[in-house]
Amino acid sequence: MNTRKKKQGYWLTLLPLYLFTIVFVGAPLVYVVVLSFLQRAETWGVTGQFTLQNYRQIFQPVYLQTFVDSLKLAFLSTALITLIGYPFGYFMAKLSPKGKKRMTLALMIPFWTNSLIRLYGWIIIFRANGPLDQLLIALRIVDQPLKLLYTYPAVVVGMVYALLQFMIFAVYSSAEKMDWSLVEAARDLGASPITAFFTVTLKQTLPGLLSGIILTFIPSMGLFFIADILGGNKVVLVGSLIQDQLVKAHNTPFAAALAVVLMLMTTLLIALYRKIAGGKELEGLV
Amino acid sequence: MSEPILQLKQVQKTFADTNVLNGIDLSIAQGEFITLLGASGCGKTTTLRIIAGLEQPDSGRVLLGGNDVTDLPPEKRNVNTVFQNYALFPHMTVSENIAYGLKLKKKSKAEIRQTVQEMLSLVQLEGYQDRRPSELSGGQKQRLAIARALAVKPQILLLDEPLGALDLQLRRQMQFELKRLQKQLGITFIYITHDQEEALNMSDRIAVMRQGRFEQIGTPNEVYDSPKTDYVARFVGEANILRGTVCKVGDPLLLQTDAGICAVACSGCGLKQGDTACIAVRSEQVQFSPYREGEQGLRATITEKNFAGGMLRILLTFADGQTVVASRHGIDLPAQVGEEMLVHWQPEHAILVQQSEEADR
Repeated sequence: MNTRKKKQGYWLTLLPLYLFTIVFVGAPLVYVVVLSFLQRAETWGVTGQFTLQNYRQIFQPVYLQTFVDSLKLAFLSTALITLIGYPFGYFMAKLSPKGKKRMTLALMIPFWTNSLIRLYGWIIIFRANGPLDQLLIALRIVDQPLKLLYTYPAVVVGMVYALLQFMIFAVYSSAEKMDWSLVEAARDLGASPITAFFTVTLKQTLPGLLSGIILTFIPSMGLFFIADILGGNKVVLVGSLIQDQLVKAHNTPFAAALAVVLMLMTTLLIALYRKIAGGKELEGLV
Repeated sequence: MSEPILQLKQVQKTFADTNVLNGIDLSIAQGEFITLLGASGCGKTTTLRIIAGLEQPDSGRVLLGGNDVTDLPPEKRNVNTVFQNYALFPHMTVSENIAYGLKLKKKSKAEIRQTVQEMLSLVQLEGYQDRRPSELSGGQKQRLAIARALAVKPQILLLDEPLGALDLQLRRQMQFELKRLQKQLGITFIYITHDQEEALNMSDRIAVMRQGRFEQIGTPNEVYDSPKTDYVARFVGEANILRGTVCKVGDPLLLQTDAGICAVACSGCGLKQGDTACIAVRSEQVQFSPYREGEQGLRATITEKNFAGGMLRILLTFADGQTVVASRHGIDLPAQVGEEMLVHWQPEHAILVQQSEEADR
């Protein structure tokens, strides 16, 4: 008797969720996909004409190159973030409860500040003859200013800086939950510390590591303002290309097509990764 | 006599200003089943971890088969542990768990397969080889942990309260199984427990630990029948402890306690008139009869009767507030709570024990 009522209640409670998803995720997505197949209007917006021209345009070498550059930068930043973030999260999990709290706070505080302001901080550091150059010269590591601002390395540093915390927290949450007696068991059974790490610790923290990779790789494909601010106009990424097409060139459908391709690429990469990870749950990904 | 398989020499360990081990000595023979028995925090797990190499002693040496292994890491010691929480590798199957140590020893594939099979049948886990530890019951996990440790053929198997997480029935069954395994394989077992019944059932020798020292090391019979200290008497089996002064030497000698005078067997115990002494009397040896003027015994009142584990326990309180516990088989007892009794025992059932000293910690 009550089942129907119950079912109604169930749908009612979920309704806001569905509405939100449809209005703010589904509809914009459909809108972007539709836009990408329409013809550009003379001044602003689109005409109702269907075309594949926008997608054809992406295959021009100059735009393809942008995709390749974006992928390269994303891979490079993710690799660096993994190299720094994994050990960081791992050792953080080994701190005392007090130490863990302090470290979490220390990692969070910078992110209470606007990310643009923090990026301007990097501009000051990287500026020619800025603090970094002065320090390196004073330490006699270099004898000429490096003039890192508006270079590729500056962009990479910016990326790593902006996304590192995601990797740290993902790995940390995995390592925190880990049963360290497993490592002792491995050692007891004859494993050296390194073997124990690769056969037990790494396997146990893999979910965290993998979600850390996803959480850093995807945003690093799209973070355009870091490349813009720290790379000047020298480093052009898909994210900045989309922004330029939309805001400067007013080519809405082309920007939409670029966005769709970017989205497809990341979806493909996640699917590929899930296949490799064996459908493991993504920790830290909600 | 052959060389002991394991020797601890003056092993000392401090954690954060607390002396966990106060320079312990221990010598274990090949093929022995020895139990470290003690309350939690007495240092038994630390002792085991030092033997395994998972912990470094602050001072003292660990000798394995005559070789000093004190500075060797756990992977270089031919000693394996069954961990309290089992510590099975969750990402590996039952077979892979057993094969883990063998792979590290670079055994051939055929040999690994054969040993895994042997171990599976040894612990009766045939048919479970492709399951994950999470798909096993508590008892099966336990057996897998033992199989994994035994697969690498250790000289000594260390077991840290391996039955602690199991229910009573399974625990009794596993006690029997473990003892059978140990006999069959002839491997030295060092077993940790806080359960005196487990220790008495399984061990060749029991080492009773307290505050980072051994109170007594001996066979179950020695520890039970001739406890060295009042602590051992109370911890292994249940014993009543009474203190008093010798008021008449001889055999039996007479001891003046706060509750009255009692007789104690003393063949060459060397106590003199006026010496203080401490005796332990097992609850099942405590006799009592209705109080009658002029008869020998200690006057006491029944203050409690309860029935537990097939035994009736009777609590008797002396005039000074001290109590003794008497136990009887069966559920029925004519005497009621509140009745006055005379408590007595055979002089030979009063065991002279030393008073445990408070170790400085």
